[in-house]
Amino acid sequence: MSPMLLEAKNIKAHYGATQVLHGLDLAIAEGGITTLLGANGAGKTTMLRSVCGMVRTSGEIRFRGREISGKATEDIVRLGIAHVPEGRGTFVRLTVEENLHLGAITRGDKHEVAADVERVFGYFPRLRERYRQQAGTLSGGEQQMLAIGRALMLRPQLMLLDEPSFGLAPLIVQEVFEILKRLNEREKVSLFLVEQNAALALDLADHAYLLETGRLVMAGPAREIREDENIRRAYLGY
Amino acid sequence: MKQALLASLTSARAPYGRWLGFALVLLIALPLPFLVKNFFVFQLTLAMVYAIAILGLNLLTGFNGQFSLGHSAFYAIGAYTAAILMDQYGVAYYWTLPIAGVVCFVAGFLFGLPALRLEGVYLALATFALAVAMPQILKLSPLEPWTGGVQGIVIIKPNAPFGLRLNPDQWLYYFTLAVALVLFFCAYNLVASRTGRAMKAIRDNPIAANAMGVNLSLCKSLTFGVSAFYTGVAGALGGIVVQFVAPDSFTFGLSVALFVGLVVGGVGSIAGALFGAWFVLFVPNIAEHVSKGLAGAVYGIMLILLIYLMPSGFAGLLRLVLVRFASASRR
Amino acid sequence: MELFLHQVLAGIATGGIYACMALAIVMIYQAIDHLNFAQGEMAMFSTFIAWQLIQWGVPYWAAFFVTLALSFAGGYLIERVIMKPIQNAPILSHVALFIALFAVINSLAGFIWEYQIKTFPTPFGTHPLFGVGLMSAHDAGMIGVTVAMLVFLYLFFRYTRIGLAMRAAAANPESARLVGIRVGWMLALGWGMAAAIGAVAGMLIAPVVFLEPNMMASILLYGFAGAVVGGLTSPGGAVIGGVLVGVIENLAGTFIPYVGRELKLSIALALIVFVLTVKPSGLFGRSVVHRV
Repeated sequence: MSPMLLEAKNIKAHYGATQVLHGLDLAIAEGGITTLLGANGAGKTTMLRSVCGMVRTSGEIRFRGREISGKATEDIVRLGIAHVPEGRGTFVRLTVEENLHLGAITRGDKHEVAADVERVFGYFPRLRERYRQQAGTLSGGEQQMLAIGRALMLRPQLMLLDEPSFGLAPLIVQEVFEILKRLNEREKVSLFLVEQNAALALDLADHAYLLETGRLVMAGPAREIREDENIRRAYLGY
Repeated sequence: MKQALLASLTSARAPYGRWLGFALVLLIALPLPFLVKNFFVFQLTLAMVYAIAILGLNLLTGFNGQFSLGHSAFYAIGAYTAAILMDQYGVAYYWTLPIAGVVCFVAGFLFGLPALRLEGVYLALATFALAVAMPQILKLSPLEPWTGGVQGIVIIKPNAPFGLRLNPDQWLYYFTLAVALVLFFCAYNLVASRTGRAMKAIRDNPIAANAMGVNLSLCKSLTFGVSAFYTGVAGALGGIVVQFVAPDSFTFGLSVALFVGLVVGGVGSIAGALFGAWFVLFVPNIAEHVSKGLAGAVYGIMLILLIYLMPSGFAGLLRLVLVRFASASRR
Repeated sequence: MELFLHQVLAGIATGGIYACMALAIVMIYQAIDHLNFAQGEMAMFSTFIAWQLIQWGVPYWAAFFVTLALSFAGGYLIERVIMKPIQNAPILSHVALFIALFAVINSLAGFIWEYQIKTFPTPFGTHPLFGVGLMSAHDAGMIGVTVAMLVFLYLFFRYTRIGLAMRAAAANPESARLVGIRVGWMLALGWGMAAAIGAVAGMLIAPVVFLEPNMMASILLYGFAGAVVGGLTSPGGAVIGGVLVGVIENLAGTFIPYVGRELKLSIALALIVFVLTVKPSGLFGRSVVHRV
């Protein structure tokens, strides 16, 4: 049996007295694209943040077989998990250059870093133009690209993306998703994305989970879910 | 019945809990001057004065999000206004309160206008500047005929009116209590009103507040004015109670004390002001009793412990206790 | 005209003190995103430690560097032990904690070393430069050391990885964690560095104003003034701001009537308020642009 890249068992999370996740089981295969769908407030972001240790949970999370639940975020990240958070999380006062270099700050190989910056520009040519600008002056789409670029600089094995389409114009969203597909194919980065835009996500992903008020109601190959009209209408609204 | 009572005490909106709180306070406060020594009555009166001053600061910092380290200046203006009116113009002490309040309102409003452009740290510094400058301004030679210079002004404590059988300390206690109750009541109403909601909206998200039609400049400056009003009235009362005003009584240290009282009592809690006042008035004395040479260190350590154990101040702790009690009795 | 130039020179001399303090203030601001009111007291305490070492016969430069190391460690520990428990608390609680620290350190210093003023040696000598005794070798040395520290800091933050990591940790701790930065260590490092710079400031200032527990109070204020005037995001601006404050304070004291020693402090502060109203991010500060 091929080991899963990331396995989460019986994840429960609380915000104060309210329970947000009611015992989720997830698995992410290596090399694939997995998506977690659901309406607003379903708990998708909470689940993503749990993987990174940003939310305290009970349950077990294993990355390549190693237990990471309970570890500090910065330690989990150093194991090879990059997180593109909700709202991009760019360092607005720092330049694009500095943002990208920060992505690589834990790496020891300085010459490779320069090459990686070039690679990021290959995927996001617009960032090259804005290299020395303050990140806060970039548009929403450009900041999303910068956030993904920064995550790439980590040379991650797994990239977590929290609503990458949020607040972006449709054309830009398409561009970003096409780049994500290329990234997965060329860089061999596994992707785990949380999305409200189900159609887009199901188009991109191999495997999908559906979350409804903190409980998993569906899991399976993305193609199946996409092609099943009943499921789409009942849970995804289209 | 008990559950409804508890629910009302812990709910932010229900007025019954608040009336109950008021009643309780009155029950304890009214007979006190006859049960304790005169000096303690004096201290209790001063505690109420500080509570009013801290409430003023809370309105600005806790409810409106404007950071002020300069409230000692408004306290000083209030105190000096009262002193000058009583000493030089023979005004009766009860009239000095509203006048001091209005003078401070104007001062606060005027200071609030340029302060509109300053945020957080910068506003703190500007108000810091105000606090440090005030004693020096009060000592200025050209102003001496009014301010009495370094020596300050002595005030005569008023006697109880209508021939009531109270000594001056006891009378001042009840007078201050009455003023405090009125001001606290007004504060509760202000905070619950539309203006109060605008104030809090500005604190939590100024851009959104602006987008919803709140006039930021007007609201912020007005809040500054009201806050200064409260602290100014406290200053006037304080001057009368202490019977003396002098520049060095109103240094930056007072601003720090008010600020500490705010945090210890509970930011954003009106009732908290009373707890804060008690802390600020009595803990330094306790610290000195513990160790004369290390009084400051003991005070500092107590403050640190308080911040660790009660991050939302006394008021926050009280609320927590009531909520736990309420949910425990519900089961 | 001559008087004017003399006063400018004298102002630059005192301004050197404020510049040094301002640098320490900006340093901590860059690391933790707020102003530490206990900074002056920490610097004062460090200076007392140095004084004590010298009293015990340790030669000046050895005492200097040992004090630097101890101050760095002290700052680091204060962050890890005292500040860490409230790292998620609102700003007001942090400020209250700074105030508490101020009280503790001030009181401790007074308790251990008492309040009589003490002299503190200077490595530069006190002979006057440029004749008339307006600026001594020590004053010039102070400015020199401040500028040297400034250059070091600039290079450190701009060109080293740790410098970038520290800036990131201060600007956006959550995002910093997401790139693997150990934010807690960065904060503590910032405190350590600020404490060390403060120690240098204290050891340079003490020869001029004499060593006693309350020596830093007004200096801290002038330091804040300088830092704000120059811009809290700009260490270079802080130094220039500090010098400017010294010059203006001196000129105001000489040329404006009624401004004796009484109002000198207020002038410095009026300056802060004025600059802030006209240019809220200071003369050299980088204004942050936010796209809503």
